Amino acid sequence: MSRAADVAGWTVAEAVERLDAEEISSVELAQAVLEAIGRRDGAIGAYLHVDADAALAAARAADERRSRGDRAPLLGVPIGLKDNISEQGQPCGCASRILRGYRAPYDATVVRRLREAGAVLLGRLNMDEFAMGSSTENSAFGPTRNPWDRTRVPGGSSGGAAAAVAADIALAALGSDTGGSIRQPASFCGCVGLKPTYGRVSRYGLVAFASSLDQIGPLTKSVDDAALLLSVIAGRDPMDSTSLDAPVPPADVARTAPDTLQGLRIGLPVEYFIPGMDAEVEAAVRAAIARAADLGAEVREVRLPHTRYAVAVYYLVATAECSANLARYDGVRYGLRIPAEDVIEQYGRTRAAGFGPEVKRRIILGTYTLSAGYYDAYYLRAQKVRTLIRRDFEAAYRECDLLAAPVTPTPAFRLGENVDDPLNMYLGDILTIPANLAGLCAISLPAGRTASGLPVGLQLIAPPLEEARLLRAAAALERAMGPRERPPRTEEAR
Amino acid sequence: MNHEAVIGLEIHVQLRTRSKIFCGCPTAYGAEPNRQVCPVCLGLPGALPVLNEEAVRLTVMAGLLLGCQIRRFSKFDRKNYFYPDMPKNYQISQYDLPLCVGGGLEIETPAGPKTVRLRRIHLEEDVAKNLHFEQASGVDFNRAGTPLMEIVTEPDLASADEALAFLQALKRILHYGGISDCNLEEGNVRCDVNVSVRPAGSAALGVKTEIKNLNTFRGVHRALTHEIRRQTELLAGGGRLVQETRRWNDELGVTEPMRTKEEAHDYRYFPEPDLMPVVLDEARIEQWRAALPELPAVRRARFVAEYGLPDYDAEVLTADREVADFFEAAARRCGRPKAVSNWIMTEVLRAMGERGVGIGALRLTPDALAELVKVVDRGAISALRGKEILAELIERGGRPAEVIERRGLAQVSDEAAIEAWAAEAIAAHPGPAEEYRRGKAAALQFLIGQVMKLSRGRANPKLAGEALRQRLGRAG
Repeated sequence: MSRAADVAGWTVAEAVERLDAEEISSVELAQAVLEAIGRRDGAIGAYLHVDADAALAAARAADERRSRGDRAPLLGVPIGLKDNISEQGQPCGCASRILRGYRAPYDATVVRRLREAGAVLLGRLNMDEFAMGSSTENSAFGPTRNPWDRTRVPGGSSGGAAAAVAADIALAALGSDTGGSIRQPASFCGCVGLKPTYGRVSRYGLVAFASSLDQIGPLTKSVDDAALLLSVIAGRDPMDSTSLDAPVPPADVARTAPDTLQGLRIGLPVEYFIPGMDAEVEAAVRAAIARAADLGAEVREVRLPHTRYAVAVYYLVATAECSANLARYDGVRYGLRIPAEDVIEQYGRTRAAGFGPEVKRRIILGTYTLSAGYYDAYYLRAQKVRTLIRRDFEAAYRECDLLAAPVTPTPAFRLGENVDDPLNMYLGDILTIPANLAGLCAISLPAGRTASGLPVGLQLIAPPLEEARLLRAAAALERAMGPRERPPRTEEAR
Repeated sequence: MNHEAVIGLEIHVQLRTRSKIFCGCPTAYGAEPNRQVCPVCLGLPGALPVLNEEAVRLTVMAGLLLGCQIRRFSKFDRKNYFYPDMPKNYQISQYDLPLCVGGGLEIETPAGPKTVRLRRIHLEEDVAKNLHFEQASGVDFNRAGTPLMEIVTEPDLASADEALAFLQALKRILHYGGISDCNLEEGNVRCDVNVSVRPAGSAALGVKTEIKNLNTFRGVHRALTHEIRRQTELLAGGGRLVQETRRWNDELGVTEPMRTKEEAHDYRYFPEPDLMPVVLDEARIEQWRAALPELPAVRRARFVAEYGLPDYDAEVLTADREVADFFEAAARRCGRPKAVSNWIMTEVLRAMGERGVGIGALRLTPDALAELVKVVDRGAISALRGKEILAELIERGGRPAEVIERRGLAQVSDEAAIEAWAAEAIAAHPGPAEEYRRGKAAALQFLIGQVMKLSRGRANPKLAGEALRQRLGRAG
């Protein structure tokens, strides 16, 4: 194994340690990762765009800062960004044709914070178009493949981010999670994915899909890295009115967590172990929960009775919001424009050519549910049920500190398997959607593999702003489950 | 059959804030196109709105001035429609929970005063401006995101004249309250009108039409006059009206169909998820209420009662808030309100009119005017000289004492000097002197005039008269 491959496989914490020890420079590290991308991403398709010059310039700047004694927390660490997070001067196309040629003229707040922390931004990671999907097959630029089995999807919508982290072609990445879009691909690809509390991380610069559900979060190789990245990107932002002013867990909250889970009450929502769930997934999750009990946690069953409405509520709220959020892509100011006789015709042609089928489906659905005469029956009712779902969690958290559950009912499915069955695809999100609807924080961490070698994730869900509790428990479990497993290198793969 | 009109207005008023409603871009009028823009007001992917609190304060102040009920809990909604002047293709507005509800405004009508009830006032963002050229169209986003307050009346107006009177009264209050510059040329106030006619005395409402986007008060008056006549004639001729939106063609002086009710937009309002609800506590509203400016009518009455001004003076002075403030500052300083009023109503207002500026643009300060009043009272200068000095204070600023000193205008009350001028005047004009001795009182005025001439206007006229009388043997 080459040194480059080795280096790109480091966790963020390892990289920081070696950079601090001057075993490697930021430029050398960036070069190694860029080289790994060059050799291995052809088989994966995680990146839509890599700006090696910008990355190396940032790495040089990081080395410069280090030489002046700067010890910013991510100084020189190469990180990838999902293609819906604005990065000044870079394409930000949301894997959509409609944003063809658009380059963000400003930095998202998370990007500004990453830059201040010294991160080296590698490039733009593939996703389902406008974050709508669970497989990254809805990218206008072709799917990303699962590094564990390239006939399978990496999950979505942050599929490029999860695949890049799992395949060791990024040390870490930022994705976004509206209904599971960080946790589900993390689970499919065997990495750690954290969806912070709604409002924990500024959404300024995140291209909106469903504003009341979207949240940016890290995809990493370890819980410790997730905590480190969260400490950099989280916190109140005056540019986002929905961001919360609450103390952010310290960067070492996972590292310093005790090995024991003594005193922790873990609730198992009975509704989350659904009929028809893949037996191997259930077995792996139950084994992980048994491990938690071994560490001293008290495990009990809890009920979240409105879970069965979550998917319906989600597809009403999220589509309604997206129908407005995506209205601005009209060919007038930026992106694709298909000229026509008059402006109304231009809107129609531009949007017909620019959006893919899943995005169109959701815009039409959302437009319909907000229409005069239907609003009360659909949108308003969905918001009421959303409140009931949130109350389910409030009640459950009176009996336990954390919830533990599978992330998805199945491991990664085959490319094309669900493409013609959107409803089945939607139902796969039933275990991740409720945390978004209720504004909770949740994490997916690796919990073993199926007999055929596919990763399975364990989901922990905590009350709003309890990321510290979530990360400590996840760190203890991660340690108990042994070292991280890596997918076969793509250059060595079947 | 006699018909009467039923009119309701929706008035969009740009608020006087320095920055836009959801971003920090300036709201100044007249910049080069697309120079006052940012990711937020351009609706770029990923940008988010942040509410400008000043826009909320001004809207609530307007609500308080108009007697509205202020909502403690209010929220923003998205109003969805596609148009090139809409950066996001939805407008952030307020749908079911506006900041202010109810309220009213009294107007004068030939039949006496009438209260026009308000339905609501809500806050929203202005759209951009479409520009059409020979070969292409452009959009100027400088205006996009300017805070806009929409005032909706009940259908309480019965004529074009009443609508005009309402708009003028509203403009006075909003301008006075510092809510809006109400500059019609800059499009600060834009109006949609809803109008129907019905048989006089009938309680049922007729079929209404809405006329959109009237930019001048004169346009509102003309459009309403035309539309009322059109509807009345149509009905009188046995025709039927359709509910529709019409536009005003100013050149032809007619309203034209725009779209019917069937073609009406479905705006698909829903709560704006990017903004928190606006929650106002009692203390904050009371703080704003305490800072409300005194309205012209109230202030006018107070000027009469407190300063003993004639009604006419009080009315003229309070018509402009800045003038009224200036008057009060000067009057308090010198304790001679009527004298201050006289100067303002003559010289100062004339100077403002000639220059076409507000009182704040003159160099004259209230302190300087107060000092001038005192100097004239003391007899240090004549009223005539005072006028000259005031002209200079208006033009160049400074203090009256400096101007008097610089121009050597101080009135001479020195007895010896006046005696000398009196003697010289009598010697030069023995005829009038003799006439005065014989009892022709008017001759004295001529001689005083001669003393003033000799002194180049500086002699104290009162002392000059006394000196002449004494010399001519008619003391007392």
